[in-house]
Amino acid sequence: MHELLQQVFSGLAAGSIYASVALALVMIYRSTDLVNFAQGEMAMFSTYIAWTLVNAGLPFWAAFAITLIVSFLGGMLIERVVIRPVENAPVLAAVVVTIGLLLIFNSVAGWIYSYTVQDFPSPFPDRPLFHALITTRDLGVIAVTLIMLVLLFLFFRFTSTGLAMRAAAQNPASARLCGIRVGRMLAIGWGLAAAIGATAGIMVAPVLFLDPNMMGGVLLYAFAGALLGGITSPVGAVVGGLIVGVTENLVGTYLIASQLKLTVALALIILVLVFKPNGLFGTAVVRRV
Amino acid sequence: MEKGSAAIARTSVGIERPGTTAAGTWRWAATLLAIAIAVVLPFTLRNYHVFELTLVMIYAIAVLGLNILTGYNGQISLGHGGFFAAGAYTAAILMHRYGVPYWATLPPAGLICFVLGVLFGLPALRFEGPYLALVTLAMALATPQLLKYFDTWTGGQQGINLVKPVPPAGLGLSQDRWLYLIALVALLIAIRVAANMLNGRTGRAWVAIRDQPIAAAAMGIDTARYKTLAFGTSTLFTGVAGALSAIAVGYVSPESYSLFLSVSFLVGSAVGGISTIGGAIVGGFFIQFVPNFANDISDAAPWAIYGLAMLLCMYTMPHGVVGSVKPWLARLAQRTAAQRGAAERQDQNDGRRTP
Amino acid sequence: MAPILELHALKAFYGQSEIVHGIDLSVEEGGMTVVLGANGAGKTTTLRAICGMVRSEGEIAFAGKRLDRRATEDIAALGVAHVPEGRGTFVGLTVEENLRLGGYTRLRNAPENIERMYGYFPILAERRRQQGGALSGGEQQMLAIARALMMEPRLLVLDEPSFGLAPRVVEDIFKIVERIKKEERVSVLLVEQNANLALELADHAYLLETGYVVASGSAKALADDPQIRRAYLGY
Repeated sequence: MHELLQQVFSGLAAGSIYASVALALVMIYRSTDLVNFAQGEMAMFSTYIAWTLVNAGLPFWAAFAITLIVSFLGGMLIERVVIRPVENAPVLAAVVVTIGLLLIFNSVAGWIYSYTVQDFPSPFPDRPLFHALITTRDLGVIAVTLIMLVLLFLFFRFTSTGLAMRAAAQNPASARLCGIRVGRMLAIGWGLAAAIGATAGIMVAPVLFLDPNMMGGVLLYAFAGALLGGITSPVGAVVGGLIVGVTENLVGTYLIASQLKLTVALALIILVLVFKPNGLFGTAVVRRV
Repeated sequence: MEKGSAAIARTSVGIERPGTTAAGTWRWAATLLAIAIAVVLPFTLRNYHVFELTLVMIYAIAVLGLNILTGYNGQISLGHGGFFAAGAYTAAILMHRYGVPYWATLPPAGLICFVLGVLFGLPALRFEGPYLALVTLAMALATPQLLKYFDTWTGGQQGINLVKPVPPAGLGLSQDRWLYLIALVALLIAIRVAANMLNGRTGRAWVAIRDQPIAAAAMGIDTARYKTLAFGTSTLFTGVAGALSAIAVGYVSPESYSLFLSVSFLVGSAVGGISTIGGAIVGGFFIQFVPNFANDISDAAPWAIYGLAMLLCMYTMPHGVVGSVKPWLARLAQRTAAQRGAAERQDQNDGRRTP
Repeated sequence: MAPILELHALKAFYGQSEIVHGIDLSVEEGGMTVVLGANGAGKTTTLRAICGMVRSEGEIAFAGKRLDRRATEDIAALGVAHVPEGRGTFVGLTVEENLRLGGYTRLRNAPENIERMYGYFPILAERRRQQGGALSGGEQQMLAIARALMMEPRLLVLDEPSFGLAPRVVEDIFKIVERIKKEERVSVLLVEQNANLALELADHAYLLETGYVVASGSAKALADDPQIRRAYLGY
């Protein structure tokens, strides 16, 4: 029982990471109708920026804050320069663009920083708490994710910009009629998603160790989590990510270790989707004819 | 009933029936010329380049399979590498374990992949868009792992070594040239079969389901049956391509059939033009040659160049090469036809004036 | 009174098709102009051209500024509020959020504007926390008009407000439009198929047929014209 709880809690910590990236994926999907396959690599690149800053002597949280700002601006820039040309093109063209972006980020990171695995510092000491049910590090990761989610919720619910972004995602034509610059809202959305990804990358790097391929598995789990929750639901993204984290951990501990773990976890998720083809919180698209 | 459908057939997808219009005659001539060049080409190139072109054609058949499913029927697949592997390993196991001659492995590989596709397509009916992407993605990821797991059959991590086909005596062909010709024949057959299907009732049903699924169902099209058929047909093509690749390369191993292969097929399809047949050939060229060019340009970050190439292709031709060229050619044909019509009318008028 | 909106030789296109073939039209400041015509006459296309939603050629002048090369959101910020065909409600957002969005370009006065809208449309006050999609057709139309008024516009553009609504509801809405015209000092450009009601309210009228203006003048003149009465008013 004790071990089960341990695994659940450490699964929640991993799940917080997946939940964050899943949320970023859902945010972009809602506003641009596109799955951003480059989300993981963007996060990895942001983490390398943080790593560079920390190595240059900056205290951790200062490096964290600067990385978030840089990632936000970078995300906006990517939407404007890389994605905008294909926003009105067939979806497949946009998908290929995100895949290309993935390759570019991965390759450039390997070129600049090499493929050597690096250590990444964690701001949280790694000590067991509560009769070793959970470590302080895992608790820290969950806490950071929680704070980020609360801030996002407040932003979207109570600020005008947040409201404008929700409107632009739901109904861009009507949003324009209200004077909202839909293009700018999309850019801000990508910026926020990039910042969320950066947070996730920085939180996971101490555990997975930093290298250009660090976020590959994370993206897959996040994608699965977002779909499990319902690709149009932010709440679903978080719940889905957490479930995936716990499932992955339990499968890895009790069923099958190593490589097949991914396959089995995905198989379980797909099994759930068979019964709920739009995810747990997703709404079926009602098409009027 | 059949007469009516035949009348409609001419207006929709794929290749026109040749010889019916001026454009059709041009097309027929161009096709024959292309085939002639393709046959002569291997004799003018070195063996290694011939081998590369063989791979181009094999990838083209695989991408053609993907085009059928994703382009014409609108079901996305990130997992076609898995079916490619299924075809490859079917051929490899048949040749290695049971001594089946290489040319006889193609039909079973195709059939097995067809059945696999149908089995996959049935549950896939429940999923759409990104959900279907996930399901196919899971399959692509599972493939190398499953191949390693069932190592008594697949040879596990080591893979299976195969004997490359020997060209028939007396023809004076090198091994590479013989393989090239086999692949060429396979490609031509694949194109012919695809064109026939896509121009016929099946193709029209697929497009109808892709564009207006509700209206299609309301018209009496059995969407479940056609979607499953699309999956099976698509995987049949890709499976045969896989078998050909095993024969041509002479080696199969789990690492060759990673997620990257599935992604490459999708990218090749998009770059060529996903709802076209000719685009598959462009896609084959892209998959085979662009990574090499990228390596030549940048030693340090070749995949960045590859990614950049993908971006540039999508910015300039979002509907793919063939998808962008086709409408342009059609407009050109319209303009010349209009000019010719005007000239004919002019002649008629002139004829009337002279007493 | 000077015209607040002037269209000169306006052509409007859907893709490659030219729908509106070079029309002249003006809206007097403080007045209400109605554009009548059957389905497919080009009325909605004209409104969309004014707001930069479709490709157009020709001149569009609003309060001395040219609108014809501007983006929709810029035109909205200048003071043109468009209530589109089909309402354009944000169905996933609450009534109050819909109104707040209308006030996006006039944030400072938004809270008092919202109260004023609730004054015009008490039913919206009752439903302020409900989702826009849960409202009836008539309520959504009121919400759309209120949202447009939140922009403190100088020109209110209404595209077929009576569409799909029961006659009683349509009467209510038109009564409110009349009240708004008086109290809000906003000029109104109205497109309607319901010619009777529209001609009673409006000052000026235009009749569009397959992309051309075939008649124009004071609303009363058009209402009295026997040909128009027979063709469009049914008697």
